[in-house]
Amino acid sequence: MQLAVNIAVLASIYALICCGYVLIYRVSRVLSLAHGELMLLGAYGLYATASLFKGHPLLALAAAAALALMVGAAVYLALMWRMTGESVLAAVLATIALGILLRGAMILVFGTQTQYPLRDLGWSNASVPVFGARISTVGLALVLATAAVYLGLFAFLRWTRWGIRMRAAGQHPLLAAQRGIGLHGVYALAWGLATFTGGMAGMLIACDAGLEGTLVIIGFKAFPAALVGGLDSLVGALVGSLVVAAAEVLLIHHVDPLLSDVVPFAVLLAMLAVRPWGLFGTREELDRV
Amino acid sequence: MSGYFRIRYSEDSALLDTRTQKAWFAAFLVALAVYPFFAGALWLDLANQVLLGSIGAVALMLLTGYAGQISLGHAGLLAAGAFTTGILCKELGAAFWLTLPASAAVGALLGLIFGLPSLRLRGLYLAVSTLALHFIVVFLGGEYETKRGFSTGIVIESPIASALGWYFALLAAAAATLLLALNLLRSRTGRAWRAVHGREAVAEALGISVQRAKLSAFVVSSTLTAVAGCLFAYFRGFVSAEAFSLYLTIQYVAMIIIGGMGSLLGALLGTAFVVLFPYVIDGGMRLLGVADRLASVVFAVNYAAFGLVMILFLVFEPQGLVGLWRRVQNWFQLWPFKQRPLAK
Repeated sequence: MQLAVNIAVLASIYALICCGYVLIYRVSRVLSLAHGELMLLGAYGLYATASLFKGHPLLALAAAAALALMVGAAVYLALMWRMTGESVLAAVLATIALGILLRGAMILVFGTQTQYPLRDLGWSNASVPVFGARISTVGLALVLATAAVYLGLFAFLRWTRWGIRMRAAGQHPLLAAQRGIGLHGVYALAWGLATFTGGMAGMLIACDAGLEGTLVIIGFKAFPAALVGGLDSLVGALVGSLVVAAAEVLLIHHVDPLLSDVVPFAVLLAMLAVRPWGLFGTREELDRV
Repeated sequence: MSGYFRIRYSEDSALLDTRTQKAWFAAFLVALAVYPFFAGALWLDLANQVLLGSIGAVALMLLTGYAGQISLGHAGLLAAGAFTTGILCKELGAAFWLTLPASAAVGALLGLIFGLPSLRLRGLYLAVSTLALHFIVVFLGGEYETKRGFSTGIVIESPIASALGWYFALLAAAAATLLLALNLLRSRTGRAWRAVHGREAVAEALGISVQRAKLSAFVVSSTLTAVAGCLFAYFRGFVSAEAFSLYLTIQYVAMIIIGGMGSLLGALLGTAFVVLFPYVIDGGMRLLGVADRLASVVFAVNYAAFGLVMILFLVFEPQGLVGLWRRVQNWFQLWPFKQRPLAK
C-alpha cells in the first residue's frame, strides 16, 4: 500500500511538471528544456514572497503563483517569440541556453544553501494516514493540486474562448492566424500557464523536500514522462507520468536505489523504439534541423 | 574579372588553391609550431584544451552541422571513450596503443546504437533519444566507479608528461581529425550527408541510401568523439562520471552554434570561444573588482554569462562567428559598395 501511495505522489509530481512540457509543445511545437529551471524559479518565487508576506501564507502562495504566470509570459515575450518559425534545433537550444542562464542567475541571487519555504510560511508537514499507508500533507496537497490543475486545464481547453484559441493555434498556426487569432498572445499564455503549473510543482516539492538547485533534475526527469504519454496529449501526460513513476518506484524498491536517475530515460528509450509518438500522441511528420 | 581560372577538376577539389592561400597556410603552420616555445604555462594549457575540444567539436559538426542529425548525447560519447580507457588501464594495465583503438571501437559501436533511433526518429525525438542514451552511458560509468570502489574517479597514468609533449600530440590528433573531416566532406559520403540534411526524400531519389548515410554519420562522429574522450582521460589523468554532465554536452553544442553551423572553421572558432570564455569572464570580474566577492559562485557567473552569450548568438547571429567573419570579409571585398552588384 505504501508503494502505491509513493507511486501516486511521484506520478503527480511528474504529471504536474509534464503538463508544462505538453502545453508548450502542443501550442507552439517547441520542447522547452528550461522547464526544470522555470519550475525552480517558481519555487524561489514562493521563498521570496514567503519572507515578504510574513504571517500571510495564503497571500504569499497567491503572489508566487501570479509571479510564475508572469515570468512564463515574460520568457516568451523576451526570448521565445524570436524563435517562432526557426528550426527545431534553434528553438530547443534557446530553451537550453535560457535554462543555464536561469540556473546561474538563481544561484547568484538566492545562493546555494537549502531553504525551507514551508517553515517560512509557518506551516508544518505532518504525515497523514491514508488506507493504511502514510503520506505527508504536502504529498497529499500535490496529488490534489495535480487533479485540480488537470481538471482545470481540460475545462479551460474545451470550453473557454482562449482555450479554443490555444487548440486552434496548436492545430494549424497559419489558419488560426488568418482567422484573427493573435498567435503571440496565445503562445505567451501557453508559456505563462506552463510556468505556472511547473512553478506550482516546484513550490510543492520545495515545501516537501527543501529548496535547492538540484531540484532541476526532477524537472528533467519529468520530461520522459511527457514523451512516453505523447508530447501533445494531456491525458498522455497523466498516463505517462503514472507509467514512469511506477517503473521508477518499483525498480528502486526491488532492484537498486541508484537507478532512480536513469529509469525514466530507459523507459523513454523503450517507448521511442516502439512507438515514437507516445501512447496518446498524434503521429506527425517531424521536422529536420 | 580577376585573373584566376580553374582549368582542371583537381583544382576544383584542392584544399588550397591560390598561391596566397598556400603562403598563409604555411605561415599558420609555422606559427602553430613555434607557439608553445613562446607561450607561458597558462597559454599552453589553453591551447591544449582548445585542441582537445576541437576534436569533439569537429565530430559533432560533422553529425549536426553537415548530416543534420541532432545529438544531445555528446558528453555520453566522450564518457564512453574516457571510461573505456580508464577501465582498460585499471583492469588490464593496457597501454596507450591498446586503449585508443578500443575506445574508437566502443565509440563506433555506440554510434551505431545512438544512430539506430535516427532511422525512425527525426528532429526533436532524435535529440531526446540521444539525451536519454547520454544519461544511461554516464550512469553505467558511475556504476562501475562505485561497484569497483573508485567512488571519486579513476586515476590513470599518462604516457605524456609535459604540457609541451601534449601540445604536439594534440595538435597532431586535431590536424588528423580535421583532415579526415575535410576529406570525408568532399567525397561521396560527405555529399550524401549534405543531401540527407537538405531533404531526405530528394536524397533518396538521387540514389543515396538515407539509412547508410545517417548511420555512417553517427558512427564516424561517435568514433571521433570517443577518441577525443580517450585523449581527454589521458590529458586529465583522471576519469569520473561527474565530469560528463549535461553541461558538457551543452558546451559542445554551443561550440558549433557559436562557431557557425555547417562549417569546420566554425567548429574550431567555436571551440576557442567556449574554452576561452570562462577565462575572459574571470578577467572581466577582476577588472570590475568583484572577483573576490563572487569567488565562491564563479561557476554560477559562468553559467549565466554562457547562457546569455548563447542566446545572443541564437537570436542575433545564427550563422555564428563564421557568419560574422564572412560579413567582415564581404565588407572589405565590396568596399566602397555595400552590396553585390545585381547583374554581372
